[in-house]
Amino acid sequence: MPTLSAQKFVSQVQSGSISVSEHTHKIVEEIEKKNPEFNHFNFFDKSFVLAQAEALEKEIKKGRKGKLLGVPVSVKDCVCVKGIPATSSSKILSGYRPVFDATVIRKAKEEGAIILGKTVQDEFGFGTFSTNVGNGKIPLNPLDKQRSCGGSSGGAAGFAALTNFTHLAIAESTGGSIAAPASFCGVSSITPTYGLVSRYGLLDYANSLDKIGSIGKTIHDSALLLDAISGKDAKDSTSLDAQGLKISKPEKIKIGVPKELVDSIRNEKIKKIVAKKISGAEAKGFSVQEISLPLNTGYGVAVYYLIAMSEASTNLAKYCGMRYGLEKKLEGNFNEYFSSVRSEGFGEEAKRRILIGTFARMSGFRDAYYLKAMKARTKLIKEFKTVFSKVDLLAFPAMPIVAPKFSEIEKLTPLENYSMDLCTVPANLCGMPHATINAGPVDSMPAGLMVMGNHLEDSKVASFASFLEALK
Amino acid sequence: MPKAKIDKVLLLKVAENARLNLSEKEVQKFLPQLKDVLDFFSKLDKLDVSREQPSFQPIPLKNVFREDKAEKCLSVEEALGNTSHKKDSYFKGPRVV
Repeated sequence: MPTLSAQKFVSQVQSGSISVSEHTHKIVEEIEKKNPEFNHFNFFDKSFVLAQAEALEKEIKKGRKGKLLGVPVSVKDCVCVKGIPATSSSKILSGYRPVFDATVIRKAKEEGAIILGKTVQDEFGFGTFSTNVGNGKIPLNPLDKQRSCGGSSGGAAGFAALTNFTHLAIAESTGGSIAAPASFCGVSSITPTYGLVSRYGLLDYANSLDKIGSIGKTIHDSALLLDAISGKDAKDSTSLDAQGLKISKPEKIKIGVPKELVDSIRNEKIKKIVAKKISGAEAKGFSVQEISLPLNTGYGVAVYYLIAMSEASTNLAKYCGMRYGLEKKLEGNFNEYFSSVRSEGFGEEAKRRILIGTFARMSGFRDAYYLKAMKARTKLIKEFKTVFSKVDLLAFPAMPIVAPKFSEIEKLTPLENYSMDLCTVPANLCGMPHATINAGPVDSMPAGLMVMGNHLEDSKVASFASFLEALK
Repeated sequence: MPKAKIDKVLLLKVAENARLNLSEKEVQKFLPQLKDVLDFFSKLDKLDVSREQPSFQPIPLKNVFREDKAEKCLSVEEALGNTSHKKDSYFKGPRVV
């Protein structure tokens, strides 16, 4: 039986034909049974979840309403939920239990969501395959356990694909961490315009790039969650005073296909299946034309990693074995103590990015690396703005590959790893909204299609992605 | 990009700045990787950005204010709740000198 959409689920909860308590028990049983095998959650506490359901059931009987009434929502581990662990899948934050809710959690709870637990990710978001996990429990792709869920929001997308019950996932993207796992697991996702969703309570990776977004079985599901958690927040000065997300029937708009980006993908089957989907839209009256993005394609990955690593190295400076997280016996002077805790607490990829980021910000190098990347970003944003004066949206493959096997990932060098983000990085670097859908199977695994739009065109992006999703 | 000599001395200096102790095995692993990644970044040399202003945010922001209103903040117990290193309502840290 197909999973009930979140919107229908909420309306049936509201009408009393679905019991929140019964539904929550079922999804809890599913997690208890399958999580030891698939590792999608790194924190799950049955009693924590069922207590929310029982309390909500009583409130519903008294007339409680909400956009997410009774919907189980999983939360990427980098988002703070009061009272339960938040580690960003890093050993350095082991034992940390936030004493406050992130704004997105407060909003989700106000709309009646049930928080399921914390989903596994690459440590602090550092990865494309969710293989950089502090406790070593790597999430497995439910479509093929030999393959990666993608990253860094791997647990979120993996569980969204696995579950048979209505569920929405709060995920986060810095350079493609929502689009990549959603594509690899064959589910849908929306990454909003930078600032549409408050980052208050998010354990930062790179402040000027991080965006909280959503993953669900469909674009409609993802949009419902994103609409509920978006909005201006006094606690995040970069949040925008903008409209939420609404899906409507898309007008006959102009779609651009970025030539250089598509040409740089070697997997012909992925290109073919994505092109077929776009042709389907053309047949329905949408105008499709080739456009050019040479700067974003040629420089996007380098600019992105320079900014991301520089910002990450400063953000991670605060983790030092004091106040919260991993701690050791207070020995030696403060430099010796901090170095000892940090050397033990950070994983290999985190150390690599801290080192490169620290180097890029060092005296004598800062202007040449970090500042140059910031100026290059201006140039890449301008290139997109020029393109969006000619077309309304862009459509292209979300990833250059389908979900790889773990044995294939092991052979990749760090640079080859970073290059996998070619398609997702430009939109993320420039803070532009994008949605992904499953375009169809390639060698039995799903291939993702990305729809991308100009700043604050989130509803247009989601509406067209939803239209494509429904195309047979 | 400046042509810095990426060697063990520089790597250990960077690690010291970042408060990381690297084992010899990590040095051997990270050194060529650091060179590779910095070489990759040097492709930006070809991009002329001399007329561009830096984008510290993807969307320009100006004068973001909030109401100057006192709100409830964390209690001492909450603030100290995530560490065992504390004494008399204060965080306890390693010695400074």
